[in-house]
Amino acid sequence: MSELNRQRLFYTVLAFLAFGSAGKGLLEAGVEGLMFSIFASLTLGGAAVCIWERSVVRSAFALMATFLGVAGFFLILGSDFLAMAQVLIYVGGVLALLLFGVMLTKPDLNERSLPRIGAATALIGGGIAFLVSQMVGVGVKTWAMAETLEEPTTKAHDIGIAFLDPKQYVVAFELAAFLLTVALVAAVYIARRRTEDFTPEEGQV
Amino acid sequence: MSFLALVQDTITKDNVMGTPHDGGNFVTELLAKIRPEWLPEWMFILTAVGIAVGFIVAMVSVIAMWSVWMERKVSGHIQCRYGPMYAGGWHGWAQTLADGVKLLLKEDMIPKGADRALFWLAPAIVLAGIFGALAAMPLSYDWYFARMDLGVFTILALGSTTTIGVVMAGWASNSKWSLYGAMREAAQVVAYEIPLGVSLLCPLMTLGTFSLLDASREQATLFGWDCGMGWAVFTNPFNMAAFVIFWIAALAETKRAPFDLPEAESELVAGFLTEYSGIRWSFFFMEEYAAMFLMSVVGAVFFFGGFETPLTALMRAADLEGGVLYNLVCFGTLVLKAFAGVFLMMWLRWTLPRVRIDQVMTMGYKYLTPLALLCVLLTAVWEYVRYLVVG
Repeated sequence: MSELNRQRLFYTVLAFLAFGSAGKGLLEAGVEGLMFSIFASLTLGGAAVCIWERSVVRSAFALMATFLGVAGFFLILGSDFLAMAQVLIYVGGVLALLLFGVMLTKPDLNERSLPRIGAATALIGGGIAFLVSQMVGVGVKTWAMAETLEEPTTKAHDIGIAFLDPKQYVVAFELAAFLLTVALVAAVYIARRRTEDFTPEEGQV
Repeated sequence: MSFLALVQDTITKDNVMGTPHDGGNFVTELLAKIRPEWLPEWMFILTAVGIAVGFIVAMVSVIAMWSVWMERKVSGHIQCRYGPMYAGGWHGWAQTLADGVKLLLKEDMIPKGADRALFWLAPAIVLAGIFGALAAMPLSYDWYFARMDLGVFTILALGSTTTIGVVMAGWASNSKWSLYGAMREAAQVVAYEIPLGVSLLCPLMTLGTFSLLDASREQATLFGWDCGMGWAVFTNPFNMAAFVIFWIAALAETKRAPFDLPEAESELVAGFLTEYSGIRWSFFFMEEYAAMFLMSVVGAVFFFGGFETPLTALMRAADLEGGVLYNLVCFGTLVLKAFAGVFLMMWLRWTLPRVRIDQVMTMGYKYLTPLALLCVLLTAVWEYVRYLVVG
């Protein structure tokens, strides 16, 4: 099979799985089920594409779907602060930095390695097995959903109070802040170019 | 019940000063009253979502069209010329419409070596990010799509996803200019997201809320007097410094000149836009103008009082609060303040020369970030002293 056909087959199967699970979710649990299915498809589909793609940059872009899917799960679990932090930090920060790192690599150089094919096949096969079992009625049949999606259970206000209350997590919060500051200063120290490292032959900036 | 009466009924009802999450948005509330019995729940929700999305898409289009015309007129007058004068008659008001038709009819080309899927996907991701961020923007005290207590956090988070779209466009184009543009975008956005968020912390500390509705309401009173002038920049002097930092970072985030390095038409042809043409190209510009508007809205709400002016205070005194007129005035106030911000961005663009990439990085990491942190510290001290004195 040529590479192009392999790609077509892979993405067709992924699309079928996504649409199948979306329909199943809608039938089982209404809009909540549909949302769950969409976020699950985004998370797992993004992961499958990430390990299957040969181009590193495309893999990195596929991670965006995974990050957004996880943020969606936080959202339907009623934790909007965590969801938005996930998007802001992972998509806006980590992924942009990751792309900056891999963007100049040459695409399509490495053959797809066996563990990567195995992992992608396992993910896809798991998805197919799950959908088929749902269709023929083996295993879990009804989806138990949380009662409501409207009320976030933890509000940003509560999180802020919990972090700054001396009786709760203020020590852990300050320790984490201290650790991050130390890490930041250390990173700058390691990355710093010392003036004595330069020799005239190396050329100056 | 007529449709107009429904609108009247919905927006005069007393839902001011409620707790967050105490109701749906105004689209859902309106639809709930005309919902037929046989319509299942999920179809109803999807319809409401569809209408809200349609509204936001229309909003983005109108903002972009108006801003493009405004940019042409502003740049024209700054350079001692008129800008468009013929299309449509009065001061060339239809120029953007004509441009839109031209862009729709243009051939949509994809270069030979491009990554087709990502090349198609990039404009969609850019637009999706900005649509999501706009949904968090309230139109007035009683008109909003989602009443969230995380408003500005949501706007910043969803707005940052547009970066990935721009990087994707640059990489998928298979062109050196595009790739350089994309790399500059990634570096610039990562550098300026920190001062942007940290400088916003200052008004957030003064007002004590993430929510755009509550932040605006908080700025109604100056020393306990409901005059609509208790804006964050007036109640705490360090907020003014924070606003300058915020504004520079916002220019860099929206890739506007003097920070338009990802595009940089005089060095990189058109940067990440080089290989795009037709309607896909215009999607990136819709995003740029919508992002400018959104950043101006955030600045207006958290530094310059949001919906609050003496006029809104007067209307509250006249007991007009919650009515259609009051909401319209709030909406108009916010739009005017936001377009004042957009005008400031255009003014800066046509006044300042572009900075070099190393200057951009130096400014972001060495100056703006420490200054923003210092602003937060001083704001905290000021707020603590104010708490001790005023209580």
